[in-house]
Amino acid sequence: MTRCIRRAAALALLLLAALLVNAARVQVFQADALNANSANRRTLLARYEQPRGDILVDGDAVTGSRDSGQALRYERTYTEGPLYAPVTGYASQVYGASLVEGAEDPVLSGTSPLLAPLWGGLTRKRQPGGDAVTTIRAGVQRAAFDGLAGRRGAVAAVEPSTGRVLALVSSPSYDPGRLSGTGRAVKDAWSALNADPRQPMLNRAIRQTYPPGSTFKIVTAAAALDAGAVTDADAPTTAPDPYVLPGTSTALPNEASGCANASLAYAVVVSCNSVMAHLGVKVGLAGMLEAVGRFGFNDPRLRIPSAVAKSNFDTRMGPDQLALSSIGQFDTTATPLQMAMVAAAVANGGELRRPYLVERSTDRRGTTVAQPDHHDYGQAMSPATAVRLQQLMVDVVEKGTGTNAAIPGVRVGGKTGTAQNGVGNRGLPYAWFISWAQAPDAGQPAVAVAVVVEDAEANRADISGGGDAAPLAKAVMEAALKG
Amino acid sequence: MTAPTAADEPPPALRLPRRRGVELSLLVGALLVAGYGYAEVGLARSGALPRDALRHGAGLALLALLAHLAVRRRAPYADPLLLPIAVLLNGLGLVLIHRLDLETPHTRAASAQLLWSTIGVGLFIAVVVAVRDHRVLQRYAYLCAATALALMVAPVLFPAVNGARIWIRLGGLSFQPAEFAKILFALFFAAYLAANRNALAYTGRRVWRLQLPTGRVLGPIAAIWLLSVGVLVLERDLGTSLLFFGLFVVMLYVATGRTGWIAVGLLLAAVGAAAVGSFEPHVHGRVEDWLHPFASIEAGQGPGQLAQSLFAFAAGGMFGTGLGSGHSVLIGFAAKSDFILATAGEELGLAGLTAVFLLYALLIARGYRTGLALTDPFGRLLAVGLASILALQVFVIAGGVTGLIPLTGMAMPFLAQGGSSVVTNWIIVALLIRVSDRARAPLPAVAAGAPVPVRTESR
Repeated sequence: MTRCIRRAAALALLLLAALLVNAARVQVFQADALNANSANRRTLLARYEQPRGDILVDGDAVTGSRDSGQALRYERTYTEGPLYAPVTGYASQVYGASLVEGAEDPVLSGTSPLLAPLWGGLTRKRQPGGDAVTTIRAGVQRAAFDGLAGRRGAVAAVEPSTGRVLALVSSPSYDPGRLSGTGRAVKDAWSALNADPRQPMLNRAIRQTYPPGSTFKIVTAAAALDAGAVTDADAPTTAPDPYVLPGTSTALPNEASGCANASLAYAVVVSCNSVMAHLGVKVGLAGMLEAVGRFGFNDPRLRIPSAVAKSNFDTRMGPDQLALSSIGQFDTTATPLQMAMVAAAVANGGELRRPYLVERSTDRRGTTVAQPDHHDYGQAMSPATAVRLQQLMVDVVEKGTGTNAAIPGVRVGGKTGTAQNGVGNRGLPYAWFISWAQAPDAGQPAVAVAVVVEDAEANRADISGGGDAAPLAKAVMEAALKG
Repeated sequence: MTAPTAADEPPPALRLPRRRGVELSLLVGALLVAGYGYAEVGLARSGALPRDALRHGAGLALLALLAHLAVRRRAPYADPLLLPIAVLLNGLGLVLIHRLDLETPHTRAASAQLLWSTIGVGLFIAVVVAVRDHRVLQRYAYLCAATALALMVAPVLFPAVNGARIWIRLGGLSFQPAEFAKILFALFFAAYLAANRNALAYTGRRVWRLQLPTGRVLGPIAAIWLLSVGVLVLERDLGTSLLFFGLFVVMLYVATGRTGWIAVGLLLAAVGAAAVGSFEPHVHGRVEDWLHPFASIEAGQGPGQLAQSLFAFAAGGMFGTGLGSGHSVLIGFAAKSDFILATAGEELGLAGLTAVFLLYALLIARGYRTGLALTDPFGRLLAVGLASILALQVFVIAGGVTGLIPLTGMAMPFLAQGGSSVVTNWIIVALLIRVSDRARAPLPAVAAGAPVPVRTESR
């Protein structure tokens, strides 16, 4: 009987070995595959188990977290949702995260290895979410948001010498807090926001492109000066008024007078179509493409760190199309941020800084864990050209179409634009204004701004860059100049 | 460890070490582990010690102390490992159930489990105190068999719960009679086989390597066993029928020493499993789920219980998420009972799970060891039977939730939520304490001044 008991015990030992081997199989060898199974809710649960880190504007959190008491415990809250929605984006338990919420998600949710000290990987302890410090300045953002006052449009403001994005406003906006949780209300809000014809979730400042209209003339002027198509900005050009598009019988009219054979300087200040179209053709497609590329057009990889829609200048065009493109029409389109970059390049002596929205990310205690590498985008134009264009843009504000943007005692340069819109120009035109401002005692310009207002409610005759957009740009510049 | 110490003093009484002090210190250790686990859950979940920590800790400690005093007084030579392991497993189970209670508001399964543990320990003490010598139980073999059969048939009169007709519900109380029946059957098998083992092994016709006993000897036990398994199959309690079958084969093998019984047993088990697995829809579903645990995910219906259990084990990895930090509540309604091991696997990791398995292995090994140390066939068979119940049950349920074998609804001894289960397992440990006390106690011959006996074992 003893032998049999021993054998029975040996059988039990065998069963134990089978259990242990099988447990090791599941917990070690198959663990990664099981953890990665899309039906496994643990990843999701772990993600929302702790409060999300915050997005900071001027040192203050514009976000928060709320303990919902649900399985997915912490939900995102926003202190001023609509104001900062084009910056923060949303962080939804159903629909994922966008903009800074999306780009900085590893830090905010605490999964980033940057947050974990050396032993973090060993203990597998989840780190508290870190913060994302933005470059946005609350006063500038507020001025832009209030200036748009619910009209459709966008404002982008950058600091020319650094590329810091000071304001990013899109209107009409929405409250991303409505999308935070998981319930029925969130799904309803999502459908409603997506179905809204006013497209409140569209980030017009970086994700929507508009024909830039006359504001693009700054780019064409830079190309003409750099390419040597114009050697003296004050010398008369040979552009007739009206200008007949090459190879066609279509005449390009001017709104301004005195454009026949006008100088580049005069053409910029009063916004002559004929002169700039003529110069664009003179520079040629290759030269124009090279110039617009230096400003950031046709770059699909621009990120701030969220992706910025590609601003377009066609690469294959006939001379007539090139002529139209050179005055910001035809297929030429730009995001407001792109046009702010144009103004910034001029203001910064031709050197274009890469725009960025996130200054640094920190851990919960505020210690910096990552500081993205901010570098040059490149030399958009020669310094001499930049100095020349600065003066022309100042002239626009002082005695041209942009007088509404003038700030007493401050050096302000600007350029108006009224872009035609829609098939056969039946749509309402877009009012543009790009500008920059430099305080008298400052060595650097404080801000470069691009404003676009697409106000469908307004009387068509009232829409013009100088009338609608310039006062708004002025308010934004004033806010930026304040300390 | 039971080597006789040199007796310098004239009285010839051989002083075997009783090891009650070892038992007490191991008990303190077990209580500390359970208490630490309880505190850990509280700290992980709310950053503070649980409010009722003291009450639960003191409750468990009081039970352990009472059980220890009963053993010290009435079974002084009992194996010192049995009680501490039972207390540790019971305590760990309370921690895990309490931890899962926190996920599901308005349930207080841990308090109920503590109440059942109290009843269990009460019965433990009753058995240790009332049964002075296990051989007395031999007399009640047929009473045991009759009671067991009656218990097992009774649930047929009550409605099925979750597809299995294995519950008796009286008022608010419900219990699984098959849990109690398994002890009674082990007693009956041990008694019957001990009385008839020679007849079983040596009479009748020999077919191949199997000595077929005469129907007169094999008949009664086979009939009772067949009846019980038949009832279980009718009640769709596949796990318990597997347990009874395994128990019967192991005890028959140990009693007769005929390897052929193992072969016949395996063959019958295979045929039976294949037949039930393919014809019985409830069981067939379990087998399908075992073969394809992720089929429901692919069908777009989300993960089933087994898939959730495997997710839980995987999430634990080597060292686990820590008590209170896992999500095994996703498993669903049976998380505290059938699938409690998944919580252990997730929050304690492979390391903790291995420790739990080794605790069971140690408990079972001490049972087999007691069987080896005893001299009377009934005691030996009883110890082997009780240890085998634990071994088979742990294997069937642990293998089920980790995807090794098809899932059968059974309770992890001591760990799982379930009143009848906790109570029965305390009785099993009480009986093991009782037989181990006999196995380790000095032989009466020593007291009479006879030459120091060699602990002989019949081979």
